[in-house]
Amino acid sequence: MLLGLTPSRRLLSHRHCLLQCRSIKSENTARSAALDSVLSAFRSICGEDGVSLGEAVRQQHGKDESVHRCCPPDVVVFPRCVEEVSALAKVCNNHRLPIIPFGTGTGLEGGVSAVTGGVCFSLRNMDQVLDIHQEDFDVTVEPGVTRKALNAYLRDTGLWFPVDPGADASLCGMAATSASGTNAVRYGTMRENVLNLEVVLADGNIIHTAGKGRRPRKTSAGYNLTNLFVGSEGTLGIITKTTLRLYGIPEAMVSAVCSFPSVQAAVDSTVQILQAGVPIARIEFLDDVMIDACNRFSSLSYPVTPTLFLEFHGSERSLEEQVHTAEDITQSNGGSDFQWARDAETRNRLWKARHDAWYAALALRPGCKAYSTDVCVPLSRLPQIIVETKEDLIENRLTGPIAGHVGDGNFHCLMVVDPNDPEEQRGVHLFTERLARRALAMDGTCTGEHGVGLGKRALLCEEMGPMAVQVMQRLKDTLDPKNLMNPGKVLQPREL
Amino acid sequence: MSGRVLVGVKRVIDYAVKIRVKPDNSSVVTDGVKHSMNPFCEIAVEEAVKMKEKKLIKEVVAVSCGPQQAQETIRTALAMGADRGIHVEVTGKDYETLGPLQISKIMAALAKKEEAQLIILGKQAIDDDCNQTGQMTAALLDWPQGTFASEVSLEGDKIKVVREVDGGLETIKINVPAVITADLRLNTPRYATLPNIMKAKKKKIANMKPADLGVDITSRLEVLRVDEPPQRQAGVKVETVEDLVSKLKEAGLV
Repeated sequence: MLLGLTPSRRLLSHRHCLLQCRSIKSENTARSAALDSVLSAFRSICGEDGVSLGEAVRQQHGKDESVHRCCPPDVVVFPRCVEEVSALAKVCNNHRLPIIPFGTGTGLEGGVSAVTGGVCFSLRNMDQVLDIHQEDFDVTVEPGVTRKALNAYLRDTGLWFPVDPGADASLCGMAATSASGTNAVRYGTMRENVLNLEVVLADGNIIHTAGKGRRPRKTSAGYNLTNLFVGSEGTLGIITKTTLRLYGIPEAMVSAVCSFPSVQAAVDSTVQILQAGVPIARIEFLDDVMIDACNRFSSLSYPVTPTLFLEFHGSERSLEEQVHTAEDITQSNGGSDFQWARDAETRNRLWKARHDAWYAALALRPGCKAYSTDVCVPLSRLPQIIVETKEDLIENRLTGPIAGHVGDGNFHCLMVVDPNDPEEQRGVHLFTERLARRALAMDGTCTGEHGVGLGKRALLCEEMGPMAVQVMQRLKDTLDPKNLMNPGKVLQPREL
Repeated sequence: MSGRVLVGVKRVIDYAVKIRVKPDNSSVVTDGVKHSMNPFCEIAVEEAVKMKEKKLIKEVVAVSCGPQQAQETIRTALAMGADRGIHVEVTGKDYETLGPLQISKIMAALAKKEEAQLIILGKQAIDDDCNQTGQMTAALLDWPQGTFASEVSLEGDKIKVVREVDGGLETIKINVPAVITADLRLNTPRYATLPNIMKAKKKKIANMKPADLGVDITSRLEVLRVDEPPQRQAGVKVETVEDLVSKLKEAGLV
């Protein structure tokens, strides 16, 4: 029996969520009474300035970069240290108030929407970089530290944190969503690079998932609590510190671009480059629709055909070898116009197309919004899924240029949608479901990087199967029996 | 020509830090605060190292004046590709009152001692924003100066400098030896990589005091007081255009 929902029931659950948002106003009067009694408690914990009821502030903290509607919390608090987070959580727990952790609001799946109202914990004032250990290649940061801020801080040490999801996201937020990025093919995702977490649980208790202050490069001690919380999207606890694995800044970088006659040729080249043992740092795929959009947006003139953008990291000598090997492989697959660059300015120019992809897609249809799909399949199935997806897009007349981290088998269709056209939105909705199911049928996942959030809860059930979902639900019930931690995300509400 | 370039590098509070004024308003808080190389000095070092990589010059010498910690800043310059360093030791009260005039005297003395062909400095430091050291150094040496450089090219015994000025860009040609100060768009400084940081540990840093160079560093300036900028006041919301106009009239603005 398929535990997932049929498309119409899924639309119902989506509408259910929207209705919940709208009914907050009427529930507000009842809630206000409950809230007033806790507001003074909040203020005594984080000071007068640390509690905000302002509408603009609440709106700001009720949405992210996704297409999900803004669901503002009832109040936003700004704790300054883990003790304050813990005290606030205890108050929320006693009064059964939902808790929504907030980092930078750059998520893509509606993870910060306060679907049942509640208290948003904005962690931006906890912004210290603590404990750098250069020789051990690790650093501990608080939730207010973003990845660009950390790399700027580290620049004199010769070290960097390479996980790059595009946005300048909070590192603890990246841990919460198990973020990845263009560099994952060489440096891994958050799952591989978080050594330890400090987490405040729903009852206010503080735990260290690998033990306080511990940072061995490997361990077999006990259950892997660290990776339980990585990717939990705020549903199991509030991450207040993360210890990260650092890497040496590459001595030199080379970027390259190459055009291909077909998707198959581009992906075959990718597979062969990886099999040849080239430690490629980034390998990005743009389809013809995307390249065309980029050409128009950035006044470039790349051939309008599937294209690979490559980046190599290493010493001068190893770079020569890497680029040489990659060029040979691309040529043998019918690749043409292989261009490469060594210095920063030319590299940036070569990669400009890829960097501006999001905006280029939006520029295809001004006035529209963009939604990014995010499936991931084993490498060998990538050509098939991209070809089938493109056929689907054309058949249904949808605008969806494709950009992908082909080294991981992960790709995104940037769906450009008219926000005032419900028919089109429905069409995109159904398309993304077909796409997710296509990926699942190919032994893949419905979300490679962005997380489950609000929109993929049903797909998660299909992907994992009922038994695994049951285990997840039991873990959730154990850690958060009152369902206060970011309700409505990742796991479906039981009633449905 | 010696083919030697002196680059001045200053240790300042890191640009990302939130600055706080001491309760006694004497200065800003520096204890326990992250310091790093002045960003314009990074650009200066990068330009010098690029010249060496193009084989236009032979040696890059990084100079810093200050307490023991200034050596960290010199090490960063060495990791970026400078060949050796000079640490002019200045501590305590002397360091607190160290400013462009004293630095320029030290740089001038070093330029003569090292027979430098070129001095490259950042256009200004992000802590005092003086924008004086390059100009004073050139005056003391009676050398030409190319300040606010966004492009520098060596052409034989002359240097072509494109300067960023209010009206746009000014191109000048000056004789060598000269002083150049680096502006933002001159280049993108490289990161210090681990292998280079390792190599930098083996490079030499010479130690000396201002007196060894015959320089008197007594300050002629006294800082009376340091204040934070005034707190931003909350705005006032008005309901109608009439309200807005009457409020503006009250404030004497219309």
